[in-house]
Amino acid sequence: MISAGGIGIEHYLTVGAILFVLGVLGIFLNRKNVIVILMAVELILLAVNINLVAFSAFMQDLVGQIFAMLVLTVAAAEAAIGLAILVIYFRGRGSIAVDDINRMKG
Amino acid sequence: MDFAASFALIAPELLLSAAGLALLLVGAWRGDKSARVVAIAAAAALFGAGVMLVPGLHFGTDGPATLAFGGLMKVDSFALFAKALIYLAAIGALVVAPAFFNSAAAGSERGMRAEYPVLILFAALGMSIMVSAHDFMTLYLGLELNSLAAYVLAAILRRDTRSGEAGLKYFVLGALASGILLYGMSLLYGFTGSTAFPAVRAGLTGEMGLGALFGLIFVLSGLAFKISAVPFHMWTPDVYEGAPTPVTAFFATAPKVAAVALTARVTFEVFGAQIAAWQQIVMFMALASIVFGALGAIGQENLKRLLAYSSINNVGFILLGLAVANQGGAAAMLVYLFIYVTMSLGCFVALLMLRDEDGALFETFADIRGLSVTQPLIAGALLVFMFSLAGIPPLLGFYAKFAVFQATVEAGLVAFGAIAIAASVIGAFYYIKFVKVMFFDQPAGVVTGKSGPAHWVLLGLTAAIVSPLGYLLTPSLTDLADKAAASLFFAV
Repeated sequence: MISAGGIGIEHYLTVGAILFVLGVLGIFLNRKNVIVILMAVELILLAVNINLVAFSAFMQDLVGQIFAMLVLTVAAAEAAIGLAILVIYFRGRGSIAVDDINRMKG
Repeated sequence: MDFAASFALIAPELLLSAAGLALLLVGAWRGDKSARVVAIAAAAALFGAGVMLVPGLHFGTDGPATLAFGGLMKVDSFALFAKALIYLAAIGALVVAPAFFNSAAAGSERGMRAEYPVLILFAALGMSIMVSAHDFMTLYLGLELNSLAAYVLAAILRRDTRSGEAGLKYFVLGALASGILLYGMSLLYGFTGSTAFPAVRAGLTGEMGLGALFGLIFVLSGLAFKISAVPFHMWTPDVYEGAPTPVTAFFATAPKVAAVALTARVTFEVFGAQIAAWQQIVMFMALASIVFGALGAIGQENLKRLLAYSSINNVGFILLGLAVANQGGAAAMLVYLFIYVTMSLGCFVALLMLRDEDGALFETFADIRGLSVTQPLIAGALLVFMFSLAGIPPLLGFYAKFAVFQATVEAGLVAFGAIAIAASVIGAFYYIKFVKVMFFDQPAGVVTGKSGPAHWVLLGLTAAIVSPLGYLLTPSLTDLADKAAASLFFAV
């Protein structure tokens, strides 16, 4: 593993963990806009990718990088579908505020 | 193992992907007027894929010969059992769809869209890959193929705001669940050095480190989201209520089978050496699902919402079999899964038959008052399903519950089983309320519409299986479930 300036696996994992927590909080604490939720989901997937690539480099094992490629691909598909659903939702309701998603409760 | 043998093992998936792609082109070329043809072709493809499973199911397959693509997939009896159930449920969702989408129930956009059967096909393909997964990469790809198709299915009525909202909620929480699952997988990869199930298992023997333990917890939480077990169940009622009813029927059956089968495979094949670490978590999820599923259903007026809570409740019983953590428990779980799929498919078919002249659907308690007078056959079938869901003998739902309780007691978890039995009584309340409203209340007389023969056949078939006649099936069902469970425990 290349550790320039003493950056080791634990630093990458910490960044990954922080991004992951930010992503999860972005979904639960966000009361404004669904687009922000989509960005938070991307953040979670990026956290996973940092983990995978860091482990892959650390262990000199290619599987992690292949996995990261697959995750990137699926993340793109997921964003496309999420935005498509958001568009039809907006057409019906005229709003994408999180607080307005309340037609069903209980 | 060479490629030809691998391709032979995944022949059903190949058929489904080829059919899905071809039908997508047909749908794009010919537009929505081809929807009927596409639906029939999709059902035929699912049926064909199901037929391919029969030899393996009948003779039972396990061992190294079931590994495809260097261990990325494992097509053993367990996977075949789950696939057979998934394909059957998907065919059911296709059969009931045209009548729904071509009636007033679909709101302002009448007419089935050609995408619907294609999406069902791709979702079934994704689930099929999920249950065969033998590597975290395969698992993730199968899960996402299924989920992405499912998000769109939930939102397929584009002008119905409830459908859009269901799609949005399902998407956000599903994506979160996938993210959590994936984060767990990345940790397991890092702390065991591989994504292949046997290698991860080998890396998890002995004392488990903190990183691997976090990985286990994250993976289990993500899977619990997918099977809608308490405490990760909150999306279920909203999605079930908002999605179009045929889609809800699909969600309540096929993805449940796939997610439960996947959970069982991951817990036994990946975390098999760490049973003590996950057994209590699964026990907690099982009891909590039984209790909260039953309590949540009590105040509901909407029948689809009620069935959503009922499915959470049933997932609890399915997890009861998993919590036993041995081969007998896994077999009992599979038996329960088959019976649960039959019961819920039947319930939703019955709901789809509660329509007025125009075809608009009824879905609250007020609408089914006195249904036994106006529609005795539908009411009779619902009576069978509700008593069966409540676990009242001599219906088949009793056998399902009996199987999981027996497995718990045989494994010495008597107290755990006793609490579950006590909690199952709460559920009986709303199932019996259902029957009371249909049989003893003043008729509302709103259900006047006729249903096509396909609905009647499906309703009759599911009701016959759930009725005491279903006990004729139990010897072969137990045999299949035993073979499937044995293959799960066959160390490759």
